[in-house]
Amino acid sequence: MITFPRVCDMPAEPPGVWTVTVAPAPARVRIVVASDPDAVRDGLQSLFALAPFCDLSAEVRGTAEIVLAEALNNIVEHAYAEYGGQIEVTLDYEHPSLCCEVVDNGLPMKDGRLPVGEIVDLNTLESLDDLPEGGFGWFLIRSLTRGMVYRRQSGRNTLAFRMEAG
Amino acid sequence: MNLTADLQGEVLVIHALDDRIDAACAIQFKDRMRELTQADSARVILDLSRVAFLDSSGLGAIVACLKALGPQRKLELTGLTATVQKVFRLTRMDSVFVIHDHLPPGLRHAG
Repeated sequence: MITFPRVCDMPAEPPGVWTVTVAPAPARVRIVVASDPDAVRDGLQSLFALAPFCDLSAEVRGTAEIVLAEALNNIVEHAYAEYGGQIEVTLDYEHPSLCCEVVDNGLPMKDGRLPVGEIVDLNTLESLDDLPEGGFGWFLIRSLTRGMVYRRQSGRNTLAFRMEAG
Repeated sequence: MNLTADLQGEVLVIHALDDRIDAACAIQFKDRMRELTQADSARVILDLSRVAFLDSSGLGAIVACLKALGPQRKLELTGLTATVQKVFRLTRMDSVFVIHDHLPPGLRHAG
């Protein structure tokens, strides 16, 4: 039973802008990362070094890291594009789920909706050159999460979803 | 992105030495792979046994390397860790690559 977040193996502060806030139970961790691929990497590595996430199984941590990396890198690439800004990630561990909220102040989702996240049927491809090199991000997010909600309010994008952590 | 290449007979074995191939290094990975695969070899095997994390940008970069090698020299993979394997399985890319559990017999690991 996890009652209070603690730092397990906190790395030295990386050059990217990020901060970590821990709050009392229910186990909640919030990180703020700059809109930059290096800051996203550093922020995620710091997040998964914190309790309760460092105590989760490697499989659960791996899945959560895939989902968050995809969500955050989409924000870096599309919502903030060349403008830059901050991304706030809040994770609540409520056994057997990880509840996650990701907030940014960037551009809204195209047509105000989340991408469907379909991938190309590889059986229909005629040659090696037709293989997709992208477009996997939202497919992975949708495959690995439940209850995905998107809100656009007061110039902010909020994504909320759950992941299995049992 | 730290990659080393080791030409063993007809097989070019490339070892990925960093623990992540993600959006922060996908372009460097692709560029470095392009340099290393200039060496003439019948086969190219990418050893991912030290890579604990791969995101969609990393996956896209590996697919790009497969395409760049052309139809004559397929990119083979070995040593997929659990999270990396999950990304390949979910996207069905595990059906596109020849994937070995371990380096095939007779080939050496990185020194």
